[in-house]
Amino acid sequence: MSIPTYSGLEPLRIFPGSNFVNIGERTNVTGSAAFRKLIKNGNYDEAVSVARQQVENGAQVIDVNLDEGMIDGVEAMRKFLNLIAAEPDIARVPVMVDSSKFSVIEAGLKCLQGKGIANSISLKEGEAEFLRQAKIIRRLGAATVVMCFDEQGQADTFERRIAIAKRSYDLLTQKAGFAPHDIIIDANILTVATGMSEHDRYAIDFIEGVRWIKQNLPGALTSGGVSNVSFSFRGNEPVREAIHTAFLYHAIKAGLDMGIVNAGQVGVYDDIPKDLLEHVEDVLLARRPDATERMVAFAEQFKGAPSAEVVAAQAAWREGTVEERLKHALVHGVTDYIEADTEEARVKYVDPVLVIESPLMAGMNVVGDLFGSGKMFLPQVVKSARVMKRAVAYLEPFLAEKKAAQVIGTQKEGAKKVLLATVKGDVHDIGKNIVGVILACNGWQVIDLGVMVQSATILKTAREMQVDIIGLSGLITPSLDEMVHVAKEMEREGFDLPLLIGGATTSRVHTAVKIAPHYSKPVVHVIDASRSVPVVSNLLSDNERARFEVDIRAEYDKVRTQYEGNQREKEYVPIAEARAKKFTIDWNAEPPVAPKSTGIFTYRNYPLKELVPYIDWTPFFMAWELAGKYPRILEDAVVGVEATRLYNDAQKMLDRIVKEQWIQAHGVAGLWPANTVAHDDIEIYSDASRTNVIGRFQTMRQQSKKAPGVPYIALADFIAPQSTPDFLGGFAVSAGHGVDERVKRFEAAHDDYSAILLKALADRLAEAFAEKLHEVVRQELWGYETVRLSNEQLIKEEYQGIRPAPGYPACPDHTEKPELFRLLDASKHTGITLTEGLAMSPAAAVSGFYFAHPKSKYFGIGRVAKDQIEDLARRKGETVEWMERWLGSNMGY
Amino acid sequence: MENSNAMKTLEQLAQERILVLDGAMGTMIQKLGLTEEDFHPKGMEDHKILLKGNNELLSLSRPDAIRTIHEQYLAAGADIVETNTFSATSIAQAEHECSHLAREINLESVRLAKEACAKYTAMDPSKPRFVAGAIGPMNKTASLSPDVNDPGFRGVTFDQLVVAYREQVEALLDAGADILLVETIFDTLNAKAAFYAIDEVFEERNTRVPLMCSVTITDASGRTLSGQTIEAFLISMQHVPLFSMGLNCALGAAQMRPYLEVIAEQSPCRVSIYPNAGLPDQMGEYRETPEVTARLVGEFMANGWVNVVGGCCGTTPEHIAALAAEAKRHAPRPIVAPVASTHGVDR
Repeated sequence: MSIPTYSGLEPLRIFPGSNFVNIGERTNVTGSAAFRKLIKNGNYDEAVSVARQQVENGAQVIDVNLDEGMIDGVEAMRKFLNLIAAEPDIARVPVMVDSSKFSVIEAGLKCLQGKGIANSISLKEGEAEFLRQAKIIRRLGAATVVMCFDEQGQADTFERRIAIAKRSYDLLTQKAGFAPHDIIIDANILTVATGMSEHDRYAIDFIEGVRWIKQNLPGALTSGGVSNVSFSFRGNEPVREAIHTAFLYHAIKAGLDMGIVNAGQVGVYDDIPKDLLEHVEDVLLARRPDATERMVAFAEQFKGAPSAEVVAAQAAWREGTVEERLKHALVHGVTDYIEADTEEARVKYVDPVLVIESPLMAGMNVVGDLFGSGKMFLPQVVKSARVMKRAVAYLEPFLAEKKAAQVIGTQKEGAKKVLLATVKGDVHDIGKNIVGVILACNGWQVIDLGVMVQSATILKTAREMQVDIIGLSGLITPSLDEMVHVAKEMEREGFDLPLLIGGATTSRVHTAVKIAPHYSKPVVHVIDASRSVPVVSNLLSDNERARFEVDIRAEYDKVRTQYEGNQREKEYVPIAEARAKKFTIDWNAEPPVAPKSTGIFTYRNYPLKELVPYIDWTPFFMAWELAGKYPRILEDAVVGVEATRLYNDAQKMLDRIVKEQWIQAHGVAGLWPANTVAHDDIEIYSDASRTNVIGRFQTMRQQSKKAPGVPYIALADFIAPQSTPDFLGGFAVSAGHGVDERVKRFEAAHDDYSAILLKALADRLAEAFAEKLHEVVRQELWGYETVRLSNEQLIKEEYQGIRPAPGYPACPDHTEKPELFRLLDASKHTGITLTEGLAMSPAAAVSGFYFAHPKSKYFGIGRVAKDQIEDLARRKGETVEWMERWLGSNMGY
Repeated sequence: MENSNAMKTLEQLAQERILVLDGAMGTMIQKLGLTEEDFHPKGMEDHKILLKGNNELLSLSRPDAIRTIHEQYLAAGADIVETNTFSATSIAQAEHECSHLAREINLESVRLAKEACAKYTAMDPSKPRFVAGAIGPMNKTASLSPDVNDPGFRGVTFDQLVVAYREQVEALLDAGADILLVETIFDTLNAKAAFYAIDEVFEERNTRVPLMCSVTITDASGRTLSGQTIEAFLISMQHVPLFSMGLNCALGAAQMRPYLEVIAEQSPCRVSIYPNAGLPDQMGEYRETPEVTARLVGEFMANGWVNVVGGCCGTTPEHIAALAAEAKRHAPRPIVAPVASTHGVDR
């Protein structure tokens, strides 16, 4: 069988000459707002009937995408696929499991008895990960869609499309055992007619890419998400339909095999009116430089308004008030009278700032509303932005005058700055670039950090450039988590800038529920590019900011309340039941080992040289966004050269750090008699008599419902109850003293590279110290380990016992740190202090516990129910609110 | 990845003639009239659950009985005997609380079959005999809900199936099974889990043995119990490099005909069939005679549809003897290309 075949309960074969395969997109939350709502509300019955309608309407494959930031993707995918598997009239067609998270794809494929299609994988994270995912897909018996993405990002030219297609194809057929017809290449259908000239060739390059793939990659299929191409014209259905129809006509002729298409949005090529078709094809085939402009103008007439009325309205608009005229000019992108109208407004309002903030922004708000509701297209918004810019430029001399008069009041000079970045792990930036254009048009200085930007870089730049606002963008679902992370980091580092959230998967609800709670300053979701103008304007206005903040807070509070009301009960067992089903150790069969001696052991100025062999280099490269495991990464085809260069620089600096004593490493370890009491608490005793309690740790217990027989683990389970003498250890190490001084020197010399290198190395040395000290504890202080392990074994944690740290999965509760520091007298011995947020300073520091029992292991607490939070608060003598504040991300309610 | 010696020999033999698989194990055991005690392995005399009917346990408690059945089939002319391991997985054994015995049953069962084969290969080295490790479908299914009121519920997950199948596959290979036979497939997802586990183990050991796959069409709907048509099933198994693909159980040869025809037409690998001895009568007895079975399956051979023939429920050494005699009179179905290499995975 050398033709492409897929199966549900019944086969689907794609014969040579078969018709274009139409993949239903109604069960895709990113393609259907109605479906998204059903999934979000847990209305699976209705969601299943959407799938049924699709199959009834002729979908030959259904694409299932449940990437919705508010729900557990793996669980939702499993649940939905299991439900449709029980419906023979749906399950007869093959399923395309669609997610930007591979874990979701894998879980989905594991629910399919038929041969499905994974959608999608790409070289975005490098060859190793690509092949790993391909192998799993192969083993699960599915075909796969491959997106034309690589380590550099999304392919948006013909050359990049075919280069990535070929590289992916070669890897899959030669290294992953894929049959060519199980490879479906998606060469990226991107939006045309955006008003940005670099987007002009998006459609034609896709079509030519398809033609090349069909001619040069034998057996491979091609696919794409069609509705994307006409996104600029959303709201104008007749035009969109014509674009889809003409686009498909040319793409299918070039060899496009399948596509994700809303069948209702495709018509008959020959039925498209000749003049419309000409305009559409001018755009799609990039036949003339002014194609977009002409198309936009031409598209007007299809929006429903009778043209005679339009003409009358056009003449009439000059008769309105100055505010109305400015609004009209902005909405329609008319620059003809803008200077005169602006001057009239300036005279009327006296203060030029008021002109911007009042009539001009009112106009831009209307633009935002129209675009938001799909009644305006991107190119028009860009035009509006230019009108705005002209108006602001006209006002500038008056603003300067005003500024000179006001200079005593404000120290800030020049334009306000907006920092934009697509967050770590995400490469989509078209929307962000548009926001950048629009904001720049409106007189703000835009600092665009590009794509895949680490949170540290965003924060560092924000601080260095003294920006006034930070905007984060992202398209894929994992970016949502990264945005939460950035918000948390901003909080931790004490920022007070407003944070804007935008991008396709973001939403007001997600922003309100998941992001805003982590950052105490304004966090605002910006639904689209045009909306960024009023939002930024409000937030940067001395007059408006306070009121705007209050409004946003009130709005988001309401959103949160509603969301919480809608949340269905998650499955958690009561804490009493979790305790009854704890992780049990047979203390008689495997009794605890007593340390050689107990007490506090300090290490001042630990020889750095001894730490070097304990460095785990892989995270060092990760810190530099170089993906791959050390030492293989040094020979990596893609990043090898860069990695080797970095490694050599690091070695050179490491040499100097050691020889010239740039930094100091201090550590402390403590070993104490200890027992678990009341299930979850660990009591620390001063001596072997175990009568004098000197400390107490409150551990947390897993609570989300598990399969029968699977225990609910707490760290306390690894320490014996009072009938059996047991012991607990603790430690704190730092390799950060001296770093700041050195970093400042580098920065003064504009040598950021060395500054970052040093910080990264200090982090590695602190981790190495933790590893070394753990070994000393295992081999000497506690003394239960007799064999020496290799560094590789250490990295793989192939030793007995664990060293979990507060703030990490087994112990997410940071508030255990002060008790640990108190018992160790850590600040005195190591110079590490705890910040208000319980972060350690200097940053290159590690602290945690030692558990020695062979059964002890790393695990994650996950989310817990309110009864445990309440119990924990009671045990700590704190309020529930206080506890909730620290454990926000672990609250399963 | 290395191909096992058995694979090379079997591929050679399969080019020359139609291979013969053995017949029923379950119905042969029923005829022995064993009692509850016979089913209790040593040390499990006081097992609190009745074990009669848990046939796999006999490999531990009555190895003599199992070895005798193997020898009867070998004497009748079978090239391949199936191990007594159909339900020897931790999941299938759970209902008798014998999950902990899964590995041991597999090891012992392969040992018994190998002993019997060695004996017959020694008697006639020109006709080497092979042990196929039998891997059954389990009693829990990953694509069907056991609860009619909750269609989204599953009694077992794919990952749990993989774990249980892995244990069985590792034991079968440790004990030296020549072939792995995933059979009586009524839920494709369970079969996918079995082959997933097999692929993992092959990769870890960097060696592979021939794989046979046999699906069960339950009734005249022409579908598996989990609802797939035979064609959809074949497509679902495309990713597995198979030695053979075929049908067994539930139906007699006469009822299997249309489905076998589809497989013969579409399968890129060898084709196998081992039907029941007809459909059971009102008393649940299989009454199709060896002559009838041999005549029906003989027609399939004459059509050039099959490479491996044998028997399932109700068949006896007499059925196998009749099939073996018939097999000698026909040429095997031609194979266009060596199947394993079309999926050649460079690992």
